[in-house]
Amino acid sequence: MTRIVVVTSGKGGVGKTTTSAAFSSGLALRGKKTAVIDFDVGLRNLDLIMGCERRVVYDFVNVIHGEANLTQALIKDKHCDNLFVLPASQTRDKDALTEEGVEKVLKDMADMGFDYIVCDSPAGIEHGAVMALTFADEAVIVTNPEVSSVRDSDRILGILQSKSRRAREGREAVKEHLVVTRYSPKRAAEGEMLSHGDVQEILRIPVLGVIPESEIVLQASNQGTPAIHMEGSDVAQAYEDVVARFLGEERPLRFVDYEKPGLLKRLFGGK
Amino acid sequence: MSLLSLIFGQKQKTASIAKERLQLIIARERGSSSAPDFLPALQQELVAVISKYVRVNPEDIKVQLEKQDNYEVLEVNIVLPEQRP
Repeated sequence: MTRIVVVTSGKGGVGKTTTSAAFSSGLALRGKKTAVIDFDVGLRNLDLIMGCERRVVYDFVNVIHGEANLTQALIKDKHCDNLFVLPASQTRDKDALTEEGVEKVLKDMADMGFDYIVCDSPAGIEHGAVMALTFADEAVIVTNPEVSSVRDSDRILGILQSKSRRAREGREAVKEHLVVTRYSPKRAAEGEMLSHGDVQEILRIPVLGVIPESEIVLQASNQGTPAIHMEGSDVAQAYEDVVARFLGEERPLRFVDYEKPGLLKRLFGGK
Repeated sequence: MSLLSLIFGQKQKTASIAKERLQLIIARERGSSSAPDFLPALQQELVAVISKYVRVNPEDIKVQLEKQDNYEVLEVNIVLPEQRP
């Protein structure tokens, strides 16, 4: 059975594409046959984050219009054997994504034996974002611990609960997960930033993971490597935890507590 | 943290202000998002129709939608002015 997972947020720039890239790579590293689709028609970026921008020949809209087939359009990831990227069209209008077209492509991918299809949603609550969440079985809501991001996440949750196929057909609701990104344990401890607990309490969905604010994310995107491959970094480990929890493992949250540096550390420095 | 603020008690942390503001606005938006957009227009048209026959103030007509379990109840409340003999 193929599971369709939408990565969405409402607000832009909170880490949807970073999370889609790391999450889909993590699933593939766990042996799941995974595809990740960029739904951001006109503002394609997943290809850059995945490092496959020079290998794009056909895109999602070409497949919908029958101008290319899936095997031609799917790009095999350079890090993981069982991961494939379907880039968005850079030139078409966003209305090129029709509900019937998207449904057919997803169905054909299910027939190809994918375990997971990750849909990287565009920002906003317009057509592209709605198309990305329409067929979802599960949703990963990416939220920064900041007022506008939390409010927009609540809004997109409302849309998920009214416009997804599962909601419209009265089936079992889309399973919702919260991923808090750009988290600073220090600032949260000092009361300058909403804590992950605050965000969870406001949005009322279970936390799948907390990703610390880190310069690693920029280094990863600079070189087109999903952040989960940045070996030894806190971000990579936090994303590994996200994937493990998603697959049903129980893992305690890491990188969320702040320890005040002791006297020795303050005197002699060190990280 | 300055000495003064230590003596006179700490100012409220900004994160807790953010949390309170979010809880209020989200509760309000969740409540209103289920109401259909046509309510204000419906209210205006009702005022127009009723004003043809009775003199009423626009504020005396209230239209609201309430949810009770699986039912939605559209409540229209019209306060007629007192009849003068």
